[in-house]
Amino acid sequence: MRITKRAATVALLTAATVALTGCSAAGTSTDSADAADCAPAEGKVDLTFTSWIPGIEDVVAVWNEANPDIQVAVQTGPNGNGGTYANFFNQLEAGNAPDLGQIEYDALPNFRVQDGLVNLASCAGVMEAKDDFVDWTWGQVSFNEDDAVYAIPQDSGPMAMFYRADLFAANNIAIPTTWEEYATAAEQVRATGAYITNFSQGDINQFAGLVWQAGGTWFGNDGDNWNVDLTGDESIKVADFWQDLIDRDLVSTVPAWTTEWDNAYNTGAAWTWNSAAWGANSIASGAPDTAGKWAVAESPQWEAGDAASGNWGGSSTAVFTGSEHPYEAAQFALWLNSSSESLTMLNEAANLYPAAKAGLELPVLKEGVEFYGNQPIYDVFAKASSEVSADFVWGPTMTQTYNDVSDGFKAAVSGDGTLADALTTGQSATIDALKAQSIPVAE
Amino acid sequence: MSALTETPTVARPSKRLKNTPTPKVAKESPLSRVGAMTVMLVFTLYFLIPIWWLFIAGTKSSAQFTSTNPLWFADFNLFANIGNLVAYRDGVFLKWMLNSALYAGAGALLATLFAGMAGYALAKYRFPGRELLFNIVLGGVLVPATALALPLFLIFSQVSLTNTFWAVFLPSLVSPFGVYLTRIFASASVPDELIEAARLDGAGEVRTFFTVSVKLMFPALVTVFLFQFVAIWNNFFLPLIMLRDETLFPVTLGLYAWNSQVNQIPELRGYVLIGALLSIIPLIILFLLLQRFWRNGLGAGSVK
Repeated sequence: MRITKRAATVALLTAATVALTGCSAAGTSTDSADAADCAPAEGKVDLTFTSWIPGIEDVVAVWNEANPDIQVAVQTGPNGNGGTYANFFNQLEAGNAPDLGQIEYDALPNFRVQDGLVNLASCAGVMEAKDDFVDWTWGQVSFNEDDAVYAIPQDSGPMAMFYRADLFAANNIAIPTTWEEYATAAEQVRATGAYITNFSQGDINQFAGLVWQAGGTWFGNDGDNWNVDLTGDESIKVADFWQDLIDRDLVSTVPAWTTEWDNAYNTGAAWTWNSAAWGANSIASGAPDTAGKWAVAESPQWEAGDAASGNWGGSSTAVFTGSEHPYEAAQFALWLNSSSESLTMLNEAANLYPAAKAGLELPVLKEGVEFYGNQPIYDVFAKASSEVSADFVWGPTMTQTYNDVSDGFKAAVSGDGTLADALTTGQSATIDALKAQSIPVAE
Repeated sequence: MSALTETPTVARPSKRLKNTPTPKVAKESPLSRVGAMTVMLVFTLYFLIPIWWLFIAGTKSSAQFTSTNPLWFADFNLFANIGNLVAYRDGVFLKWMLNSALYAGAGALLATLFAGMAGYALAKYRFPGRELLFNIVLGGVLVPATALALPLFLIFSQVSLTNTFWAVFLPSLVSPFGVYLTRIFASASVPDELIEAARLDGAGEVRTFFTVSVKLMFPALVTVFLFQFVAIWNNFFLPLIMLRDETLFPVTLGLYAWNSQVNQIPELRGYVLIGALLSIIPLIILFLLLQRFWRNGLGAGSVK
């Protein structure tokens, strides 16, 4: 008797599962808009746009005001890795993705390999816009393929060095211009009891930016296969450099974006931060007691006289497969990311640092910044922006790569293994992950 | 928040209680008393310190937040902080609190009603397939709501209900644990004789349920309401998957979204903290108001 009941229960559950699977299978058969027919629609068009940037609805309201025929509705959620990317994939699966979505550069390849993005190359005005954007950002959205644009670049994060000008001066320590000098300065700073910087264990993105600056790349795609190269010479050089500073207790290792971390900067326990343009506001609000004492210089170089910069963060506006109006969506995305009106608003509302060349010349980015002793700091970032290599490519499984490398970094920081070991582990884990998703890998 | 969500696991009424005789009060040695008290004190602190920290953090200005003792007051800015939070982005936080109240209040009320009726029917009526139904419901207790979120999203997508109030509200109406609890409770505390008597007096089944049985089951219903309210209030994953429109967010999702933007807009950290503090107040009030009922309720089953 009991067995029969159980069997019946199992049967019911199985039926439910089958029904669910059926649903999801049906959901995948969405018609993908072919790039070739990117033509204007007749009549009024309504678009949906998912973005997590605070205040973006005010920018969109300006567009809606001026374009009664192309109305855009903003939807929101947590930031990309906080859940919105997962939602995009679910929605693509269910066939109800928004027309446009905000996607960071490092997540774009993932959407590309899943066929989630519309190639906008044939939409009017898109290819012509190439020269309006900083070269390397265009490489990020076209994957350096010919006749392909999978998103419009929005913002970028060229890196430079924030430093405590007052403390360096008071202690007669020279501002480092090379990484070698940086290591020397680290010893001098440590002698005063402070740390030159904090190597945050979880921020793989920052580390990637440093590898980017050193001329390394982590991924490559020859059209057929993906190459994974987390353990290239440049990556190992950067890893060894920081491992040495960690081993000699010359950098602190608290997790970033915590109170502890803010506190280190607020109390002068950490003197520099190699970060992106958007980091300016992180320090200003995390370390309010140090107003006026900071300055920004170009990142230290590997060879004296070089001019190379890394990038940390940045995102783009993409049009999703299934959108019925790629033409209108592309027009909106171009306006959003290259009109000075929009870029000014985005910078004021969310500290976005534009990817459009014209955006770098915005009046608001030319002014002196009070927190940084009235230094016009964005001039430094504008220069850095032009020095970012266009060759750096992200892989299609970055979330997994970040997790694996981050685990290794955390272990290394607590004395278990090294940063280079973490990269080696990340390398093999990434290759496994690609294979598991049937993405071709060259070995 | 977490401290509150832990509590439901304590309440696990079962038939077993009914048969255990009240333990004789034995003389306790002072030492074991002190030991027990110490353990309890440690656990109390463990649960209360985060809330204390949250309260302290909520009273500080953002500058003092990083530079002063995390467990003691600096300047008292609580009301200024609340003012800023409520003013931020046209009061969207208040909208989220209202949404949460609506999802959790109305959702828990209806869920309690449905669970109560189902549990009562399963306990008091004999019909074919009764045990099977009950076992399926029991199976439902074991399936975490999180695991169902994605299938629900795909189903709701088919009927174009994602990103609507209903996408979060409808799934909240289901409480397998409520059915389980009310069934146990109904069979223990609603005597068949009483139902018979009501029938003889000419009351219909529905009327019997609402006028006689509900009163006897009240403590169990309060418990179900409370658990369901807390579960919906703290539910996060389902709204995360279903909702795009900020004005539909419950407070948990709204605060999470803000928290995920702290890198870009660091002042959000302060809003998240004060918002988290405010968002647990309704739960605390509800617990204080209703604890009398549900503690009685859990005890009532044991003395019969």
